[in-house]
Amino acid sequence: MTYDLVVIGGGPAGVAGALTAARAGLRVALVDSGARLGGQYFRHSAVPGAEPGLGRFLRQGRALGERADVLLRHQAWSAAREPDGTLVVHCVTRSSSAPGGGAGERTVAVRARRLLIATGAYDRPLPFPGWDLPGVLTAGGAQALLKGSGVVAGRRIVVSGTGPFLLPVACGLAGAGARVLGVFEAGVGLGLVRQPLLALDKAGEAVRYAVGLARHRVPYRTRQAVVAAHGEREVEAVTVARLDKAWNVLATRVVECDTVAAGYGFVPQIELGTQLGCETRHDVDGSPVLSVDAAQRTTVPGVWAAGEPTGVGGWRLSELEGRIAGLAIVAGHGTAPRTAPAPSTDAAAGPRGDLTTARAPAPGGDPAAAAGRPGEQEMPGEPEVPGELEMPGELEMPGEPGEPGVPVVPGVLVRRRARWRAFGEALQRAYPVEPGWQGWLRDDTLVCRCEEVPLARVREAQDLGATDARSVKLLARPGMGWCQGRICGYAVSCLAGEPPRPPRRPIAQPVTLGALSESGEASDRAPADDPPPHPNPRRSS
Amino acid sequence: MTFHITVDGRSVPVVPGQTIGAALHAAGVRSWRSTRFGGRPRGLFCGIGVCFDCLISVNGRAPERACLLEAAPGDEVTTS
Repeated sequence: MTYDLVVIGGGPAGVAGALTAARAGLRVALVDSGARLGGQYFRHSAVPGAEPGLGRFLRQGRALGERADVLLRHQAWSAAREPDGTLVVHCVTRSSSAPGGGAGERTVAVRARRLLIATGAYDRPLPFPGWDLPGVLTAGGAQALLKGSGVVAGRRIVVSGTGPFLLPVACGLAGAGARVLGVFEAGVGLGLVRQPLLALDKAGEAVRYAVGLARHRVPYRTRQAVVAAHGEREVEAVTVARLDKAWNVLATRVVECDTVAAGYGFVPQIELGTQLGCETRHDVDGSPVLSVDAAQRTTVPGVWAAGEPTGVGGWRLSELEGRIAGLAIVAGHGTAPRTAPAPSTDAAAGPRGDLTTARAPAPGGDPAAAAGRPGEQEMPGEPEVPGELEMPGELEMPGEPGEPGVPVVPGVLVRRRARWRAFGEALQRAYPVEPGWQGWLRDDTLVCRCEEVPLARVREAQDLGATDARSVKLLARPGMGWCQGRICGYAVSCLAGEPPRPPRRPIAQPVTLGALSESGEASDRAPADDPPPHPNPRRSS
Repeated sequence: MTFHITVDGRSVPVVPGQTIGAALHAAGVRSWRSTRFGGRPRGLFCGIGVCFDCLISVNGRAPERACLLEAAPGDEVTTS
């Protein structure tokens, strides 16, 4: 069977988009690699705690489960567009875990007329001597251990990096009983209050974390960072440095600890979009992100994107973008997917936030979709904003020539998205990564953890004439291992002196040759043949 | 409520819903494989399935990411 919409990613953007479309009557499938919906931000254990926004998200997830096929534990490794415009998402999932059995992987191809990419982002680490020692985790890794499995990463923990995400990580670890020896913010930290926009929106949150850190006597130090980790089999101590404005080391001291949680912002996950040929742009911080128009459409017909893959901005922006994408997809439902490349008017739509248009439903199209104002269907728990649904600022969908347009997305959503997007961009400006970190590395410091490529080999490649990151990769192999450069890509680009480029890899997840060979017939295995959501076979026994 | 898995023959308690990687971390096991070239110890790093540092063999299967794989009662884990 072919769904009306397949959504990749079960975080705030994907769930909002899928639920919006499903409530309007579209047949929707959502795939996610996790065992539960939530993505990174709303990651939760089997018995979730009471975090802000989580209750609402869980209600949305339950509502989605009643209206759509939610395929959990499905890892999307490829997305393709067939000549007739059908979009196919290839996933691997586990079919059996019989002891001694093979990999137990099984392929599933989910076909749909529209695709929403909501794949989120992951931590951006920076290399430093000893960063590959066990006990050194990304900040998000420490957070995932705590939120997802209720495990505190260590006893004596140092948090380091840049950006506001370090604060909830440190507060969470301290609140769970760890001794957090310090939060070392490489940037100025005060960026938060210097930006009027940030001060306005985030003051309350920042104050809450400041109080949390103070209660647990956690020092918060700006212009300082962990620049080396020491130990034999595990981390036993770190070198904390005082930094100048460009992050060059001014002075150092050693802090004994058993765990480091480090993070320098986020990398949007865009592989599936670039596989499909979606155009990318550089975000404020230089990260490649998927280009979308005001309706969250990418440049590939039938493919939408929402959340961090279009630019890092946090869960509120992600949810808004998901809803807007869902509304736009509903509005365009009943029309044939555009078979030609996006018209130049779309490409010229310019900065995101411009008004855009979607095609009117064809006569005889899905009545639920054509039923006027899908935007009036608020998400569960969403406070109504009376009086704000005026026309200016709405995304309009023109009717047939000569007919008046039909509003697609309420103006209030468009304005909220603009506000949160500006906030996300301001955060990126407030917490830049400065070049001085390259001076923390020694010749033998691994830049690429997978292929174990030290800095010396990168420099050697450059001496041999590699002038860009791709040539460095071809000569010295950083980024050619298991993670395919997701972890070291940013660092290698910086070392090569260029902004990070969009990934050029053919698959988004490693997949076994067995699963790959099986995938040829995968389209015969309609996911509807399996009772979704897929229980783990091991759990059902 | 908890169940057990075995790690190199040793019994390790698991809270339902925990990943293999989390259960190992909670039991104080923070490295479970060695790198191909340098023989360096590795365990969890990104914690969300991106870095592949935490690959581990469960029940004799090909290595999988410990940070994503939920532990199941009776799982047998081999470290190297």
